[in-house]
Amino acid sequence: MATGPGSGTTNAEPWGSFDDNLIQGRSAVIDMENLDDTSGSSFEDVGEMHQRMREEEEVTAEAAEAEEGDDGEFLGMKGLKGQLGRQVADEVWQAGKRQASRAFSLYGNIDILRPYFDVEPAQVRSRLLESMFPIRMINYPQKIAGELYGPLMLVFTLVAILLHGMKTSGTVIREGTLMGTAIGTCFGYWLGVSSFIYFLAYLVNAQVTMLQMLSLLGYGLFGPCVVLLVTYNVHFHSLFYLLWLLVGGLSTLRMVAVLLSRTVGRTPRLLLCGSLALLHMSFLFYLHFSYHRILEGLLDSLEGPNLAPIQRVPRDVPEMALNSTLLGPGLLATH
Amino acid sequence: MAAEEEASRPFAGLSDVSISEDIPVEGDISVPVGPSRTDEEFSTLDEPVKETILRDLRAVGNKFIHVLYPRRSSALLRDWDLWGPLLLCVTLALLLQDGTADSDLEGGPQFAEVFVVVWFGSIIITLNSKLLGGTLSFFQSLCVLGYCILPLTVAMVVCRVVLLAAPGTVSFVVRLVVVTASFGWSTFASTAFLSDSQPANRRALVVYPVFLFYFVIGWMVLTYFPVKNRQP
Repeated sequence: MATGPGSGTTNAEPWGSFDDNLIQGRSAVIDMENLDDTSGSSFEDVGEMHQRMREEEEVTAEAAEAEEGDDGEFLGMKGLKGQLGRQVADEVWQAGKRQASRAFSLYGNIDILRPYFDVEPAQVRSRLLESMFPIRMINYPQKIAGELYGPLMLVFTLVAILLHGMKTSGTVIREGTLMGTAIGTCFGYWLGVSSFIYFLAYLVNAQVTMLQMLSLLGYGLFGPCVVLLVTYNVHFHSLFYLLWLLVGGLSTLRMVAVLLSRTVGRTPRLLLCGSLALLHMSFLFYLHFSYHRILEGLLDSLEGPNLAPIQRVPRDVPEMALNSTLLGPGLLATH
Repeated sequence: MAAEEEASRPFAGLSDVSISEDIPVEGDISVPVGPSRTDEEFSTLDEPVKETILRDLRAVGNKFIHVLYPRRSSALLRDWDLWGPLLLCVTLALLLQDGTADSDLEGGPQFAEVFVVVWFGSIIITLNSKLLGGTLSFFQSLCVLGYCILPLTVAMVVCRVVLLAAPGTVSFVVRLVVVTASFGWSTFASTAFLSDSQPANRRALVVYPVFLFYFVIGWMVLTYFPVKNRQP
């Protein structure tokens, strides 16, 4: 922050405007030193300035040492050359270390994420339960907790449940791994849909930040987790439809209600909440049906060792046709 | 100057030692611990390879025993090493190979899957426990989580033996029991080491991802089924 010496003039800008020197009639040259450039106060630049100060101290200390080393006559000529070589190597090492530690201290600092993990188990539990109950008050912006522990754990739980579903349904992934697909699906949904809804919210000027959106959608995955846990193990289509509408619907309604409370105007509300509802419900639908195959194959495998259970059975095998006719058209529609 | 004089007064008695001031003092002042450490380092370079390997193996074996009988001891934490987790991970990955489908493309990804699950899972759990206010260092947590996979590896060996011996529903029940027991053992062992470093009210938050991690590994062990008739 620059104030010229003894300048009692009122400055239009806090950084000591260009007019300083002109007013006092000294010179027309703008003294760059007095300008507080906003780019110099950003996160990286402050770190850089700090590092540069430390480096200068170190360099002067090394220079002092180097001088003393070179002056030592009792080392002799050979000692002098060896000392020089060592000095160069030392300086290269120091420079490299400085660069690495600077980068690490700026970007590898885990404390950036620390405030988002500051939760108690009771809070997580209450937020999980709250995510299932739609709120009534939509005229007043509802508070969204900005934490990442709950959402992250829910996404990992969904990954585990999906893995379980994929294994029992006998999915064969050709170009990749089961684990990779499960992680990609769940994280892709969480991050991708959050970003998309945040973008839409930005367009319609809704009051929600990226962190809040991540948190909201993350907790909104609690319903689908419960539904999938039940329906991957108990294979009744009617049960799935019921749970899909009930549990999935409740969690979607909760998210929609919170977003409604933060949006103004009919069309923006329709756009935002409609797209979120559509995406969330169809994600749950997709997760159930894409990894839902005949369970009989697995049961057969428990009796007979020669039957490889986790295998795609081709459609024209007679057992397959028998099973599909028994289970009804609903399953055929998903192939 | 007065302060300097005052400071030098306690050392006034030492000025009587006969070192003349114009001779530069040479030599290196070494702390007593120093030379013996360097001696030790030099001597481990000269020892036979067998001794080096055996020393590391003994350390790993000692930690295995600590995992099998989990007590609240700090042996795993004090001298952490990642040999044990690496050995266990490789063993588990090798045992889990050729476990599922008919295509021979599955052999590769299965190995990589286990590696990725174990190491990235451990890294994420470690980061999580650090963010929640844990006092363990990064590699100590990795060490504990890796060593506690031992019960699940033992369960994998048992499962493979059971599948060779008696396939069928009975074997499924036996495998289920064995895997559940070893999964519980792993979770219990790792919480015995990790929970001391966490603030008391957040232990549940740290234990849950550990539970999930071992659950996924246990699930991979349980659903392993060797395919006997593979077409070349």
